[in-house]
Amino acid sequence: MNQWASFGEWLAMGGYAAYVWPSIGLAIGTLLLNMVMARRRHAQALQRALRRLAVDGNGNGEA
Amino acid sequence: MATWTWFHKLGSPPHVYRIAGRFAPWFGWGALLCIVYGLFGGLVLAPPDYQQKDAFRIIYVHAPAAWLSLSCYTAMAVAAFVGLVWRMKIAHAAAAALAPVGASFAFVCLATGSLWGRPMWGTWWEWDARLTSQLILLFLYLGYMALRSAHDDLQRADRSSAVLAIVGVVNVPIIHYSVYWWNSLHQGATVMKADRPSMPTEMLVPLLVMFLGFTLFQLWVLCTRLRAEILDRERNARWLQEQLREGA
Repeated sequence: MNQWASFGEWLAMGGYAAYVWPSIGLAIGTLLLNMVMARRRHAQALQRALRRLAVDGNGNGEA
Repeated sequence: MATWTWFHKLGSPPHVYRIAGRFAPWFGWGALLCIVYGLFGGLVLAPPDYQQKDAFRIIYVHAPAAWLSLSCYTAMAVAAFVGLVWRMKIAHAAAAALAPVGASFAFVCLATGSLWGRPMWGTWWEWDARLTSQLILLFLYLGYMALRSAHDDLQRADRSSAVLAIVGVVNVPIIHYSVYWWNSLHQGATVMKADRPSMPTEMLVPLLVMFLGFTLFQLWVLCTRLRAEILDRERNARWLQEQLREGA
């Protein structure tokens, strides 16, 4: 941990900040995007299923 | 036999829907813990590389992204194969659930590789065996998803996309061995090789934790998207209606 003299030095990444931080940011952003989209996909499918159920509650027909 | 009941249960939508719902939070929280620790360990604790200095830290997202894109494709091809051969609907659903996360990390792998290549090799891109085969992987994912959405009929979408997924799997070993088979700009394996990994422990541990985190994340996405696929596919099934009345 004592390799970094200051927070600013850590941010500078030994002069490679312009390459390191966009990489990290892109990876984190993609993780979050996948999370949001997967959750939304599930929520929408659940909504559709519940709507079908409300239209036809006996479990025999196609809504 | 016990093995076969297990296999049959895997083919049963109600069972898979519940199991996926039960496991998802464990995968999700596990992924979060691993990724937070892995990034901290890689970006703060690990010492700089003696050659590449701090630029080497890109490895903590680049290599796990590569791993995710490859393992995800392999799983997708296996699921597609099972779906095609045993006509198991849930296997097709799993393959479809895996494609978006795999595709997005194939892109992350290429983009972070480019950002790493610029300061180290002096170029953003080179038509080299490793880079080109990884680009083909991204196109295979995109082709798979495009083919699925081109069909209105779900069964046809399942079957034709499965053929593409299975044919494309030949690219996976090509990506892995490309650095040995061809004279590549890309460095060889650091972790996944026969003898000990060529990295000091303080560098290696956060990287392994990141691999685990990305794997758990992929499983979380699979569980969540697979549940959505099941909800859409099992339109009239009585179990689903009961499940939903109980509060999914």
